[in-house]
Amino acid sequence: MEKYSGFGLLKHSLSHHENWQRVWRNPTPKKHYDAIIVGGGGHGLATAYYMAKEHGMTNIAVVEKGYLGGGNTARNTTIIRSNYLWDEAAHLYEHSLKLWEGLAQDLNYNLMFSQRGVLNLGHTLQDMRDIERRVSANRLNGIDSQLLNTAEVQDIVPILDCSKTARYPVMGASWQPRGGTARHDAVAWGYARAADALGVDLLQQTEVTGIRRKDGAVCGVETNRGFISADKVACVAAGNSGTLAKMVGMELPLESHPLQAMVSEPIKPIIDTVVMSNHVHGYVSQSDKGDLVIGAGIDGYLGYGQRGSFNIVEHTISAIIEMFPIFSRVRLNRAWGGIVDTTPDACPIISKTHIKGLYFNCGWGTGGFKATPGSGNVFAHTVAKDEPHPLAKAFDIDRFTSGKLIDEHGAAGVAH
Amino acid sequence: MKQVNRLDDGGRINRQTPLNFTFNDKTYQGFEGDTLASALLANGVDVVGRSFKYSRPRGVITADAQEPNAIFQVGSNDASTIPNPRATQTELYANLVCSSTNGWPNVDFDLMGTVGKVGGSAMPPGFYYKTFMFPQSMWMSYEKMIRKGAGLGCSPLQPDPDSYDKLNHHCDVMVVGAGPAGLSAALAAARAGARVIIADEQNEMGGSLLCSTELIDETAAAVWLVSTLTELAENDNVLLLPRSTAFGYYDQNYIGINERRSDHIGETNSNGTRQRLHKVRAKQVILATGAHERPLVFGNNDVPGCMLASAVTTYINRYAVVPGNRLALMTTNDNAYKAAIAWHDAGKSVVLIADTRPSADGFLVKEAMKRGIKVEFGHGIIDVKGSKRVKSVEVAPLSADGKSVSGQAVSYTCDTVASSGGWSPVLHLSSHTGSKPIWRDDIQGFVPGKTEQAQHICGGIQGVYDLSQVLEDGIKCGLAAAGDAGKNVSSLELLAPTVTKNIETPAMALFHIPHFKPTSRAPKQFVDYQNDVTAAGIELANREGFESIEHVKRYTALGFGTDQGKLGNINGMAITANSLGKTIPETGTTIFRPMYTPVTFGALSGSDVKQLFDPARFTAMHSWHVDNGAEFEDVGQWKRPWYYPKPGETMEQALARECLATRNSVGLLDASTLGKIDIQGKDAREFLNRVYTNPWSQLAVGKCRYGVMCKEDGMVFDDGVTACINDNRFQMTTTTGGAAGVLNWLELWHQTEWPELEVYFSTVTDHWSTMTISGPNSRKVLEKLTDADVSNEAFPYMGWIAAEVAGVKARIFRISFTGELSFEINVQANFGLHCWEAVVAAGQEFDITPYGTETMHILRAEKGFIIVGQDTDGSVTPQDLDMNWVVGKKKAFSYLGKRSWTREDNERTDRKQFVGLKPKDPKVVLPEGAQIVFDKDQPIPMTMVGHVTSSYYSACLGYSFALAVVKGGLERKGQSVFVPLADGTTIEAEICSSVFYDPKGDRQNV
Amino acid sequence: MLHIYCPYCEEFREEDEFHPVGEAHIERPLEPEALTDEQWSQYLFFRKNPRGLHHEMWVHGAGCRKFFNMTRHTVTYKILETYKMGQQPSVVAEESE
Repeated sequence: MEKYSGFGLLKHSLSHHENWQRVWRNPTPKKHYDAIIVGGGGHGLATAYYMAKEHGMTNIAVVEKGYLGGGNTARNTTIIRSNYLWDEAAHLYEHSLKLWEGLAQDLNYNLMFSQRGVLNLGHTLQDMRDIERRVSANRLNGIDSQLLNTAEVQDIVPILDCSKTARYPVMGASWQPRGGTARHDAVAWGYARAADALGVDLLQQTEVTGIRRKDGAVCGVETNRGFISADKVACVAAGNSGTLAKMVGMELPLESHPLQAMVSEPIKPIIDTVVMSNHVHGYVSQSDKGDLVIGAGIDGYLGYGQRGSFNIVEHTISAIIEMFPIFSRVRLNRAWGGIVDTTPDACPIISKTHIKGLYFNCGWGTGGFKATPGSGNVFAHTVAKDEPHPLAKAFDIDRFTSGKLIDEHGAAGVAH
Repeated sequence: MKQVNRLDDGGRINRQTPLNFTFNDKTYQGFEGDTLASALLANGVDVVGRSFKYSRPRGVITADAQEPNAIFQVGSNDASTIPNPRATQTELYANLVCSSTNGWPNVDFDLMGTVGKVGGSAMPPGFYYKTFMFPQSMWMSYEKMIRKGAGLGCSPLQPDPDSYDKLNHHCDVMVVGAGPAGLSAALAAARAGARVIIADEQNEMGGSLLCSTELIDETAAAVWLVSTLTELAENDNVLLLPRSTAFGYYDQNYIGINERRSDHIGETNSNGTRQRLHKVRAKQVILATGAHERPLVFGNNDVPGCMLASAVTTYINRYAVVPGNRLALMTTNDNAYKAAIAWHDAGKSVVLIADTRPSADGFLVKEAMKRGIKVEFGHGIIDVKGSKRVKSVEVAPLSADGKSVSGQAVSYTCDTVASSGGWSPVLHLSSHTGSKPIWRDDIQGFVPGKTEQAQHICGGIQGVYDLSQVLEDGIKCGLAAAGDAGKNVSSLELLAPTVTKNIETPAMALFHIPHFKPTSRAPKQFVDYQNDVTAAGIELANREGFESIEHVKRYTALGFGTDQGKLGNINGMAITANSLGKTIPETGTTIFRPMYTPVTFGALSGSDVKQLFDPARFTAMHSWHVDNGAEFEDVGQWKRPWYYPKPGETMEQALARECLATRNSVGLLDASTLGKIDIQGKDAREFLNRVYTNPWSQLAVGKCRYGVMCKEDGMVFDDGVTACINDNRFQMTTTTGGAAGVLNWLELWHQTEWPELEVYFSTVTDHWSTMTISGPNSRKVLEKLTDADVSNEAFPYMGWIAAEVAGVKARIFRISFTGELSFEINVQANFGLHCWEAVVAAGQEFDITPYGTETMHILRAEKGFIIVGQDTDGSVTPQDLDMNWVVGKKKAFSYLGKRSWTREDNERTDRKQFVGLKPKDPKVVLPEGAQIVFDKDQPIPMTMVGHVTSSYYSACLGYSFALAVVKGGLERKGQSVFVPLADGTTIEAEICSSVFYDPKGDRQNV
Repeated sequence: MLHIYCPYCEEFREEDEFHPVGEAHIERPLEPEALTDEQWSQYLFFRKNPRGLHHEMWVHGAGCRKFFNMTRHTVTYKILETYKMGQQPSVVAEESE
């Protein structure tokens, strides 16, 4: 793999950039792989990378029905944080955040991970109790998290309406300085390039149409490019997980919903951090290009159409103006939708299944992007060793039977 | 200042109304009817901005929504300023103030431009992914530097002085676009009797007719336009919406339209709304959105003076502005000859038409030749010289396929370069609903694909460009839509007006003009101007393995500008296709998302801002609370009194006073916000048995009972007291925040699972005003207001009576959330304030003290009563709350939630259980929400075993106390737990019973 | 924004007035205690979540407050029909999807 650096850029500029290597190969599928990862989004590519890098599994492939990183990786609001309430979720997301912190160097790809800090606002007394609870839990879990009062919030975001006359005045916030944003597409590309360099085959435009079993164990996948044999099949297909599960007669406790996001036209930098409010349903940060990147609430109905209903956009923009009245004359450039796979407890499923060699990693709901490195890392372990990574244990699918749910619904800051 | 480029006559501007305006601190003059762009061109302004990455000088390229360069800051102050309107779509008004959004210190002398020239070669697409990585700690500093260059315009810094609103519409036929296709479609549909709405983004309706020199029915097109618009305007079934952009097409024929009502008049609108959002649910939708011209991609095609051919035509014919003196035109088609003809007819010089086709003899080609304009077939403009304005062009012969230069270049001196690579249908709206565009080789463009919507298309959007065909197409489409909307159109025969059909030579499929050098070494050939995406950049992305058009777009930022790729996407796809040896559709389709053009946040929000963001609910006694100095708390949508501080009192002092007054004499609480549901029917009792965890079979008429509701997962989700009014009627009380959810819950189970039960639910929350008098003297107060016997014998605890209170019919419930003798008086809401004031007056001799939610919380916590949502969080069962007494063991029906309690996880003994906590230091109040540990010396990460749910200082008890959930807490009473705080200190507390006050419950029974 | 025909009000109304509730035709087990934990969790949490036709329950919350069912395509969002509680759909989603 050619090493990227500022010097390299200068060197290539002398030859008019005509000699850059391909970022990844475009291989033809082999007959057999030790493992196949279904889904070439951030999570699938990260899984492949860590399987190759940390578990020495290089005879593996990622199959992707479209193009790499073309699903939710390309459609989210890029917020990264680990200030989750429950221990299990907090540990998993913190594991992920720690990986983020060295990822650009690890992958030799600048993901523009910007630790600009994340604010979760509180607007009612109960919000503040929930925030105290979460901040306190974060602190004792070793996660940077602070409780701020209104004046401290105003200091960080001078343009936020912190007046008492607001419909729901800001009473305080939780603040995670290590949280932030990253360049979403680059995450997929960085993992893809690094995995490819380790020998992983990235098979784009390859759609899985069936999962073949022999003697109760997985033996490969049927695709639009023919059968590909494999000892293990690891599904990391977000909203399409249910479709894959059906191929082996499984049902998952998942619902796929539209989740919309939107950006304004680029404006000069005016908001230096990520501001989230569950109470008024507004989430905003500003990209390095200057767009206000805004997350909406989830549409209540099932939807695979990568679009949601317009009333959600209206409510979301109202919430942004409620928080930032000065944005009223700024203009919305684009709105789109992703497909999020949600579970009953708003926590993912990272699990072996009753079929030997078949694994699922899904149900990330609105929390998928920030989890990308951690998800890939623990899932790679789970698949490679055929036993759950210690941080993944709690996310076994059996929890829906035992009742041992990890209910992040109960915590402020469940979304995004 | 003279408008150097303005013609003396012609155009649709009003020379009688000159308008002064300021651009980059210089004052200019234009005319009514001008756009900002036409006025600037009239004044000979070349450089209007700087490009984003290389900071190259840029001029106006288009005359429409495609404009990537003329992006301004419009407005004179911090409140009214608007970032990023396109000058091409901004109507001129008197004293308009605007400036460029990029360029430092200014657009004409830009230091960043120097950086762009020097460093530009090391900034290919994706360069930032390849650098700024070392050391890791430096990225935040790099980022700060990068962000300095971010953004176009500036956000206002003050709240918006304008207001916005919304209108909903229903119609038979919604027509988007009022060009010749849309207008004839609207006319046809209207004549068929359909209710029609027609919207157009421009200030005047007419589309291409506004700058057309063609004849309709042998008179000027403008004449047909006037008569058509007049007929439509006079038809009551037709709504004309000019200055109204249909920005989004949503499922089931729902169109979002933003009408700009005052932006053309001035900065703000003190007389009405600035913009209005129209939301149209149409039976049928007609998209008549026309087509956008594509520029050609060639060397230095961004030097000011390079424009779209159709833009040149528009500025001359519609605005009477010739934006230069010497024109060179490059085209792949006949249509663009119009620009040269108009230029020539305006008396200016056309130095050359470079036609990439080997030959052409269409009508317009002949017209140009007739005027003596030089035409070079098989030629292209391969490079432009000049920096702040075009100085000359290099013209060279091209190979037959247009892929290489086949001979020496000749230089021509000129100041304007117009180019046309053909037309792209404006199919954006059609793809908003998920329809995939289809490529058509014959028109070299994408057209709308299969759709689930009741959608019709006509005119340019389906590649029909000839005016006579367009008019015919529009009529057919209008009739079809009216027919599909249920109108009888069979008897209607409409003929299209006559337009001479001109002979055209087919266009050539060419997008990217070659240079002598390979693309990577050729002069910069821009594809997407706003993001400085070049042909070389796209080819580099392809070389690096970014092959799907989505990858190319994301890697190079092609199409991510505020024009959303209108100008460059197809050219970018063509370049990708060529470099990969594929066809354009094989590289992928391009899916457009709303908004078609950017929409003001304020318009999307409408009037749902400030206090209308979410309606606030007030009780009937609200004015009294305000008059008596209450502080308020938001609970759901309600504003509830939180506490009533007296002048000079701190919150702690006020709470101590309220608590002591209630415990020692009598307090008064407005409890109207609690949800109240009237439940009637002969099976009401059975229904309660199924939704509550406790039994209801034995509850006698006149009695009340506390109940807990669980979801099917066994977790508590609401609680409250329900009273038996008579055998067929109950009144249920819910939490304030849970009222709507509980009613929905009851309806859900009744309607979907147990419709055989005869029971009806009705919300009566707002019908009643509820005031709770609580404390040892509460009976004495009540006795002064009613004749009813309210003695303990006649009216025992957990009973209710109907009585008259203060002369008003009332229901009095003898229930208690404070643990004191309490009466809850319910009266019809209209009498709420009257009754409240009567209670206050009657209580005066006992120093009756109003108290708010905070005192209520303290008093109930002293009694260990839970608040659902504060002491529970959706993971707590009744057993966890030590409320086994509320769980029916013998009920016949397996009520909601019961089954889940026997799951493995519910039977753990170390579940978090509800207990009391007593801090060792009686003055220290634990923070609510704080986490609890058993081992205070454990290093981080610590093992957390629960958290504080409620915590107060009790003035009555004289010490602080808390409620909490603690793992296995019920078995750990007497043991110590620890609460580590953020400042590093730890508070020790002892686990105890959750009931701190009057554990036997004597006081409520007196 | 979906345009929904309420089978009780017998007219089309905007989506704002409605709330989606989830998969339709999930019957509460008559004897919950007779079920294994696996069977109970199927009832509680496991859903078909199809990419295609979906029978789903809605409530006309800001209208008649009635619950009803809808057959809708989860990709195109096309609503094939709405029908009253207790009725069966005339277009049936394929189980094998």
